[in-house]
Amino acid sequence: MKLIILENYSQASEWAAKYIRNRIVQFGPGPGRFFTLGLPTGLPRDHPESYHSFMWNNFFKHIDISPENVHILDGNAPDLQAECDAFEEKIKAAGGIELFVGGIGPDGHIAFNEPGSSLVSRTRVKTLAMDTILANARFFDGDLSKVPTMALTVGVGTVMDAREVMILIMGAHKAFALYKAIEDGVNHMWTVSAFQQHPNTVFVCDEDATLELKVKTVKYFKGLMMVHNKLVEPLYSMKEMGAERSQSKKPYSD
Amino acid sequence: MPSNKSVSDAPIVQFTNCRILREHRLQREDLWVREGKILNPEKLFFDEKGSADVQLDCKDSIIAPGFIDVQINGGFGVDFSLATDDFKSGIDLVSQKILSHGVTSFCPTLVTSPPSVYHQVLPQISVRNGGAHGAGVLGAHLEGPFISKEKKGAHPEHCLRTFEAGAFQDLLATYGSLDCVQIVTLAPEMRRSSEVIRELAKRGICVSLGHSVANLSQAEEAVQHGATFITHLFNAMLPFHHRDPGIVGLLTSDKIPAGRRVFYGMISDGIHTNPAALRIAHRAHPKGLVLVTDAIAGMGLAPGRHTLGQQVVEIDGLNTYIAGTKTLSGSVATMDTCVRHFQEATGCSVETALEAASLHPAQLLGIEHKKGTLDYDSDADFLMLNDSLYVQATYIAGEEVWRQDVLGM
Repeated sequence: MKLIILENYSQASEWAAKYIRNRIVQFGPGPGRFFTLGLPTGLPRDHPESYHSFMWNNFFKHIDISPENVHILDGNAPDLQAECDAFEEKIKAAGGIELFVGGIGPDGHIAFNEPGSSLVSRTRVKTLAMDTILANARFFDGDLSKVPTMALTVGVGTVMDAREVMILIMGAHKAFALYKAIEDGVNHMWTVSAFQQHPNTVFVCDEDATLELKVKTVKYFKGLMMVHNKLVEPLYSMKEMGAERSQSKKPYSD
Repeated sequence: MPSNKSVSDAPIVQFTNCRILREHRLQREDLWVREGKILNPEKLFFDEKGSADVQLDCKDSIIAPGFIDVQINGGFGVDFSLATDDFKSGIDLVSQKILSHGVTSFCPTLVTSPPSVYHQVLPQISVRNGGAHGAGVLGAHLEGPFISKEKKGAHPEHCLRTFEAGAFQDLLATYGSLDCVQIVTLAPEMRRSSEVIRELAKRGICVSLGHSVANLSQAEEAVQHGATFITHLFNAMLPFHHRDPGIVGLLTSDKIPAGRRVFYGMISDGIHTNPAALRIAHRAHPKGLVLVTDAIAGMGLAPGRHTLGQQVVEIDGLNTYIAGTKTLSGSVATMDTCVRHFQEATGCSVETALEAASLHPAQLLGIEHKKGTLDYDSDADFLMLNDSLYVQATYIAGEEVWRQDVLGM
């Protein structure tokens, strides 16, 4: 695991963005596809709180992605399990996930794999924990009855199949979950801990998220920042775009 | 890039690098247009998996809905109250010229005239969409002849009429036909005006109060019967008095029926209304303010003498008087000048100034679901303006119909 600790939310976000940019360049264009995941069911597509709206407003409308390359689990599909199975098939057909980017909940869940989810689960329908429903209530004017209670989500196993996993953890309220994820054992009550058994993980966090970690851990990884920062250096200058592409650097590995 | 567009094959244009007026604020968003309407890009992306065919860089312009002028008596030598042989080409000329002022829809206005004029002219006015040929015609605005003698302003006295004899039938006989009439201005203190107002409102015609000596309760009664507009507030009505505010009092009246709003026209050319009065009205009832030009034939031409229906008008700079008098008669202001002057005089936000010329007139006429906004599925009538609110380009149904010459001509 690489634990990247930045001072605050914007610096951590910028580091993560640069890392993703580099990984995209290394992956090469071609049939690269993006999968997005974790969608509460029952919301109409153009509801302002649907993942479709969220992804459109915060991501898709700012880039030139082609709509055929966007795959969001459809929470309004007639047969939800079939929708999930089809999603798994699409991942396989695209050659597997190259890089999975996600966050964690205060209860240590990855995607919507709430505490108690199997660590080998696949894409499926999941009931949401009360904590998650409460956390999401702010998107529905605090009206609990309006918050969806189920979600379609990729499974822990699905994410473990990705060749690389990047988790973003910001804020003091996530600190305990981060501690459970990396300093305690692998446990299905804190599903993010499953990634201790993944060969290629990057955790990006801000100072506040490290509040529950041992000082020793934090010092160790901060000491590695010089090396880790090489991962976000621009791979080539914009001017030399064509020639250098074939000589792009390999990602640093543990 | 071509894409699977399950709904339509028509080209999709994406206007980028602009700030659009939406939800009452200027937002940094792209504007998407297809088949003459504003398109929802999120639906296009997810439901149709479509994308833009053409992307236009707007160089950081402001994009606002096209202006709607609900009171314009003519311009460029054309007088809508004159029954000439080439009346239709007069409408065409004005509708084409006002594109450069940012007006994409308008109501040709007729001042008090003898019945023969109405019978000849009205059948030649037809509601039509705008386009490269000019701004769209929403319908006629008939200002008079059922107005007060004391407040006739520039209207000819010998043509004034009352409702005494046959009320609505009288009105129909005078005008001949109400087919393409959008607004009628009348004085509500006249006897039997209530029945007339009710009949007009029933037909979906906007009733406006103006050229009147009505007191506040008469004005309120008119509103209760269906009146929704005030013609050029302050002008041609009793001045505000603290014990009887008159028609001006409608701005803050508590007798307006629930769910209804009274709108009021303002000629903000700096002449018809002192800026302080403009500010008072705006602050009292900002959501009802509708900018109008009340422009006359001389607008766009050199100073001198022109006609306004049965009268002769003299233009001197921005002032327009009945020849030989100091009675104001219409204006030579253009809509974009009015918007700029309104913004300067009141210090209001750019959004407010733009909405007073687009959203509010659309709401007055009940057409805000397709005109006056940049909401999805609205008609794509819009303007590109610079930060000082000078119109750079005018679009109707998504097509560019006017562009500011680089040389500024």
